[in-house]
Amino acid sequence: MTENNSELIRFTAAQLADKLAAGEVTAVEVTQAYLDRIAAVDGKVNAFLHVNTEEALAVAAEVDAIRAAGGAAAEELHVLAGVPIAVKDLIVTIGQPTTAGSKILEGWHSPYDATVVERLRAAKMPILGKTNLDEFAMGSSTEHSAYGPTHNPWDLERIPGGSGGGSAAAVAAFEAPLALGTDTGGSIRQPGAVTGTVGVKPTYGGVSRYGAIAMASSLDQIGPVSRTVLDSALLHQVIGGHDPRDSTSLQDPLEDLVAAARTGNVDGMKIGIIKALHGEGYQAGVENRFNESLELLKGAGAEIVEVSCPNFKYALGAYYLIMPSEASSNLAKFDGVRYGLRVLPEEGPLTIERVMGATRAAGFGDEVKRRIILGTYALSAGYYDAYYGSAQKVRTLIQRDFDAAFAKADVLISPTAPTTAFKLGEKLNDPLAMYLNDVATIPANMAGVPGLSLPGGLADEDGLPVGIQLLAPARQDARLYRVGAVLESLLEAQWGGPLLDKAPALTDTAPAVPSPTDSSSADAVASHGGSH
Amino acid sequence: MAAINRDDVAHLARLAHIEMSAEELDRMAGELAVIVESVKSVSEAAGEDVPATSHPIPLTNVFREDVVGHTFTAEQSLTGAPDAYEGRFKVPAILDED
Repeated sequence: MTENNSELIRFTAAQLADKLAAGEVTAVEVTQAYLDRIAAVDGKVNAFLHVNTEEALAVAAEVDAIRAAGGAAAEELHVLAGVPIAVKDLIVTIGQPTTAGSKILEGWHSPYDATVVERLRAAKMPILGKTNLDEFAMGSSTEHSAYGPTHNPWDLERIPGGSGGGSAAAVAAFEAPLALGTDTGGSIRQPGAVTGTVGVKPTYGGVSRYGAIAMASSLDQIGPVSRTVLDSALLHQVIGGHDPRDSTSLQDPLEDLVAAARTGNVDGMKIGIIKALHGEGYQAGVENRFNESLELLKGAGAEIVEVSCPNFKYALGAYYLIMPSEASSNLAKFDGVRYGLRVLPEEGPLTIERVMGATRAAGFGDEVKRRIILGTYALSAGYYDAYYGSAQKVRTLIQRDFDAAFAKADVLISPTAPTTAFKLGEKLNDPLAMYLNDVATIPANMAGVPGLSLPGGLADEDGLPVGIQLLAPARQDARLYRVGAVLESLLEAQWGGPLLDKAPALTDTAPAVPSPTDSSSADAVASHGGSH
Repeated sequence: MAAINRDDVAHLARLAHIEMSAEELDRMAGELAVIVESVKSVSEAAGEDVPATSHPIPLTNVFREDVVGHTFTAEQSLTGAPDAYEGRFKVPAILDED
């Protein structure tokens, strides 16, 4: 059974969907295999804050029953029905706690589901649990979680990126085939880069944020986390599209992203290298893998052009004014009255002001406090024009840079992060060094354009994953999948299989299992699959 | 732009309703001074004539039909509250008096 499970968990979501539809495996077997994997390795990885065993198995059993009964109901099952998924704990769910990685929401249960969660339920995807994150999604390493850091499955001593380190690590450690993340300045893409997984930040407004606990409302975006480009497209298709409950939700009909991923093609396409986003400050191994990807794309018929984006150098600074400003306002609601923690001051009168001050002091961690204070400063009288106002102007300049770049290129390309995963604790006491991790991902959030990170190989100096970022114009998410699928298949042909085949097994007993794309191991799963 | 000092942080912490110890104020003032210094260039990046962008993809007049949608019961709304009384949130004293 163990051997069987350890093969089952290595299939992609698309492969699982096919096997479920063909009756080669049951949704309960798949879900149980992932729950077993979580039980076996999450003590080391700490990707999950809550495991949703009972409900996940119930949903899986329901899918199996519908499929077994056949008829119209079975025909109408969503393609991902029975394929399990993990949800970042910033996204609210009925029936499971939502903590946002903060003590202030410890044990809190939402009375409603986020729209994306409703859509997962409508597709009958078993929700495996809630994943770890930096508190309120504020961080690039998951070390700012109030519930302990997540560990990178490639090297447990290293960060899994952040804020969505839990979702990325869960997928990289084969604890889930899919996960949901949120990306305000890179929180889906940068963890994807350092864990050797795929992550997509859709166009701003492309996926409803109703039910995502807001950090910076003009930047936040929910998106897919997966092991392959096609799997992200499949998930994006489930969660995307208009939602009247999010007033920033785009009305545009969703494109066929899955078709884009399946029919990837870069022949004749212009791909722009952003001068400002590579070279100085980027690790040599990151640069090498990036340059190799360019060569592969050129070989597949793409034309590589150079674009300048001169105002990107202000993006990080502007982001660290806009994001804290919006966060300080969004987090004002945690007041010790309506939900979560209430702490009473140790002495003196029990007024609401003093209760609020004591509650927020005890409930928020250092990074959250830093950002609230910084935001309060940037918005305060006398500084507003110089800080928040200027940052909003920079945002216009960044949008203009993107407009000029996309006049010369169909998609843009850069490394996702300047370095590979660093050691846990290494940058914890240097907030500014931590912020620099997001230098290449932030411009997309500032302009609202979509971005995708996919594995580009391992850096020579440390053997750790490198991420390649693709950026497309707003509303052109399909281009990311079209180009991403091509680059992924070219790279995997070089590696002889998915990059994650090279990651440590994490269990002492089970040796690394060959890729399930190998047809003989796929048959083995089918023949050992037990009763269906 | 002025540098941020300990008194500023103490004032901001009061505005933000976060109690801070003396040690925390010192540390925060040091860290914020470094961060504020690093974002200074932003104020010189754009000229007067550049308009501000508040949302990346602006939508206007986002309305819905004026019909009652889903609403929570008082009980549901109070499930996460630290204190409640007869179907309402219970709040500590608003004024600092007996």
